[in-house]
Amino acid sequence: MSTTKSGSTKKVTFTAVAVGIGLVAVSACGSSGGGSGTSDSKSVTLVSHDSFNVSKDVLKDFEKRSGYKVKVLKDGDAGAAVNKAILSKDNPQGDVFFGVDNTLLSRALDNGLFQAHEVKGSEKIKAEFRVDEGKHRVTPVDSGDICVNYDKKYFADKKLAPPKSFADLTKPAYKNLLVTENASTSSPGLGFLLGTAAAYGDDGWAGYWKKLKANGVKVVDGWEQAYNEEFSGSAGGKKAKGDRPLVVSYASSPPVEVLYGEPQPKQAPTGVATGTCFRQVEYAGLLSNAGNEKGGKALLDFLASQEFQEDMPLNMFVNPVREGTKLPKLFTEHGVTVDDPQTMDPKKIADNREPWIKSWTSLVLK
Amino acid sequence: MDLARTEVAKPGPRAGSRRGSATRLGLMAVPVAFFGLFFAYPVTAIVARGLHVDGVWRFGRITDVLGQSDIRQVLWFTTWQALASTALTLLIALPGAYVFARFDFPGKRVLRAVVTVPFVLPTVVVGTAFLALIGRGGLFDELWGVRLDTTVWAILLAHVFFNYAVVVRTVGGLWSQLDPRQEEAARMLGASRWAAWRTVTLPALAPAVAAAALMVFLFTFTSFGVVQILGGPAYSTLEVEIYRQTAQLLDLPTAAVLTLVQFAAVGLILAIHAWTVRRRESALKLVDASAVARRPRGAGQWTLLAFVMVTVVLLILLPLGVLVQRSFDGPEGFGVAYYKELTSADGGAFLVPPIEAIGNSLQYAVVATGITVLIGGLAAAALTRRAGRLVRGFDALLMLPLGVSAVTVGFGFLITLDKPPLDLRSSWILVPLAQALVGVPFVVRTMLPVLRAVDGRLREAAAVLGASPLRAWREVDLPMVWRALLIAAGFAFAVSLGEFGATVFIARPDNPTLPVAVARLLGRAGDLNYGQAMALSTILMVVCAVSLMMLERVRTGRTTGEF
Repeated sequence: MSTTKSGSTKKVTFTAVAVGIGLVAVSACGSSGGGSGTSDSKSVTLVSHDSFNVSKDVLKDFEKRSGYKVKVLKDGDAGAAVNKAILSKDNPQGDVFFGVDNTLLSRALDNGLFQAHEVKGSEKIKAEFRVDEGKHRVTPVDSGDICVNYDKKYFADKKLAPPKSFADLTKPAYKNLLVTENASTSSPGLGFLLGTAAAYGDDGWAGYWKKLKANGVKVVDGWEQAYNEEFSGSAGGKKAKGDRPLVVSYASSPPVEVLYGEPQPKQAPTGVATGTCFRQVEYAGLLSNAGNEKGGKALLDFLASQEFQEDMPLNMFVNPVREGTKLPKLFTEHGVTVDDPQTMDPKKIADNREPWIKSWTSLVLK
Repeated sequence: MDLARTEVAKPGPRAGSRRGSATRLGLMAVPVAFFGLFFAYPVTAIVARGLHVDGVWRFGRITDVLGQSDIRQVLWFTTWQALASTALTLLIALPGAYVFARFDFPGKRVLRAVVTVPFVLPTVVVGTAFLALIGRGGLFDELWGVRLDTTVWAILLAHVFFNYAVVVRTVGGLWSQLDPRQEEAARMLGASRWAAWRTVTLPALAPAVAAAALMVFLFTFTSFGVVQILGGPAYSTLEVEIYRQTAQLLDLPTAAVLTLVQFAAVGLILAIHAWTVRRRESALKLVDASAVARRPRGAGQWTLLAFVMVTVVLLILLPLGVLVQRSFDGPEGFGVAYYKELTSADGGAFLVPPIEAIGNSLQYAVVATGITVLIGGLAAAALTRRAGRLVRGFDALLMLPLGVSAVTVGFGFLITLDKPPLDLRSSWILVPLAQALVGVPFVVRTMLPVLRAVDGRLREAAAVLGASPLRAWREVDLPMVWRALLIAAGFAFAVSLGEFGATVFIARPDNPTLPVAVARLLGRAGDLNYGQAMALSTILMVVCAVSLMMLERVRTGRTTGEF
């Protein structure tokens, strides 16, 4: 029996060794591939959403000046990226997080996602965007307006004036023309809902949406589908034979249509209904427990700097928040300035987001 | 316990069976450690994060959440669409299973591989193919003004498309090896054709049909991508809702409750499945498939073959064809413009040319296949021996990852594998690990029947002649199982190429896999991005088809495996 016995011991040993090797291999990969930038003071990691973009030379310039190598970790859509960051805050994936907006700001702050840092030149940031003053846990980086866009050609052909306000959208002339996004899964969809809530009040918005529904508003899941498939004014929508001339998008969408037009049109094919806008502000902050605090602070300063702020509009199609930042010609020529957008306190958004989305869902989708 | 009974029944020395269980424990250690570390631990942690608040378990949340009418609506929709999808899939695919099992016709191997391609394609690609067919401006819309997107029909049809192969392979695999002479004998004894089929073939086939139905039910019950892309905002399955509650709302308690509900449902499905599998493994007289299949005879059989060919063309080849067609339909007419564009990094969606995704995917798939075959092979070897209840439970447990939401696993990884020595959050190894979780069940299911078919007496004979267990395994088992191993490896490879749900969650932005690259391209505006997505999808499809076709060559007549 001794042979079999030693055989089985051999086998068990073999298995144990295999497990050991496996675990060692796995953990070795882990430590070599772990990119949280925790121990490495020469590099700094920015965690953001998929839409983050910066010109190569601008980023290189920062790396040269500061001596840090910047790693960018784009982590899905904005909501998921914020939630991931909150879940991993004890041991974050990077040093700085960019891309939490006013609709999610309270959630991030309440969960202790950020630590304080007052950026260089913080006094240059326009007063209207500043929040959390005194604590400096977040720094505003950009702003954009979520507004109804219209297909200029459609309204010209019909000899119909495009809508200007929320109230216009419920008029019979605009029946079955608007497509918007699911407020529970899409950030422009949520922004539009919040805009109506700001305009009509806590008790009035549901009544407004009832009218909007009666007037044939269509709801799709995401912005891509609404803008590139259903909307008749965008390049993508034209190709997909979209038949809705009104869409919930951004005030910066018309310049995008010009920039990526083939050939570039002289005039933007779409316009913005300026009375339907909700202001979205995006913030960045130094993550609590960041491995490279110093580098993170330098990176935050960079996000608020003149250089980054000037580079940003044509990369992310948002507006700078720093005073005296020059806007690119494309923006001034084809964009619109929204003078009086709807806004809402992040705390109020935090308190009402879930119940509002719930009642909106049963009111509009069911 | 079976184990105890064996000891009594067999006059062999007690040490022998103790050795057997020691070996089994040894074999099981690696898979158990793997699943414990990369599945049970992360999933438990994320569920606990939702239900274990301030040191107290809040099980009251379960009734709270289940009491909500919209959650109940999600449960209801999830269940009935899965039932409807399963019924429709059986209805359409069973004739296919018969035709592939019993008829010989030109191109059968190629076609068998082709119908399997959808099964390993990522849902984003399939969703896109269906949109191109039945969505706005799709083929049907242009020809007849028919649009089915955002209807439940789109979901059901896509589910049939996906799972056709499950039925053809599970049921057809067995059907092709049933001895037709048994049915003929019944007919000789005076039974009508129908009576003979009902009393002879149907009972033999029933467990396989049940197993296939349960697998289809499992896949459609946990459907994510198809429902998200084709369903529109009005439809939501449990899996979609878990994603929404976790990733969008960060409502972890609700997500945890829904995860538990899905767990319970999947556990139930798997328990029934395990039971039907055991019944199926009861002694059937099996013959070589190639001896059974023959040319169709008579008008009836030709009609049946024609019917199956038409469904395959309409349901499977057409959507795949539309992808190919769109990938060549460039801005300047028909050509390879989109394929050329894949080699440039200017698109903005990536830091690297999209074409590099192919290399990434292949590398990940190779590593994932290695892990999958190692873990799955050991598990299958452990399960081969006459098994007690505990081991059979282990068998079912291996299937659980198929039914647990990728976002749950992904978020679980994020909060558990975050400290040295296991700080894997941004390591490349996470991708093949997650893919292996999904692949192992297929390897086990492929290898197990073959391993069980190896006559244990041969092993014993080898042992008596002085061979060590390892040697006995090498001399006896290996020659018999290498084909199954090859098939399992090939299938694991294809599955990991197509895996999307878990990969998208953990793939690093600078190392996208093919499915992730396709999804990211589809998420951006512009013709160029869409065209490149189609081109990449086509490449992925061809790679999957080629690996599956190579499997067809390896496949022997005698494999009762499910895939």
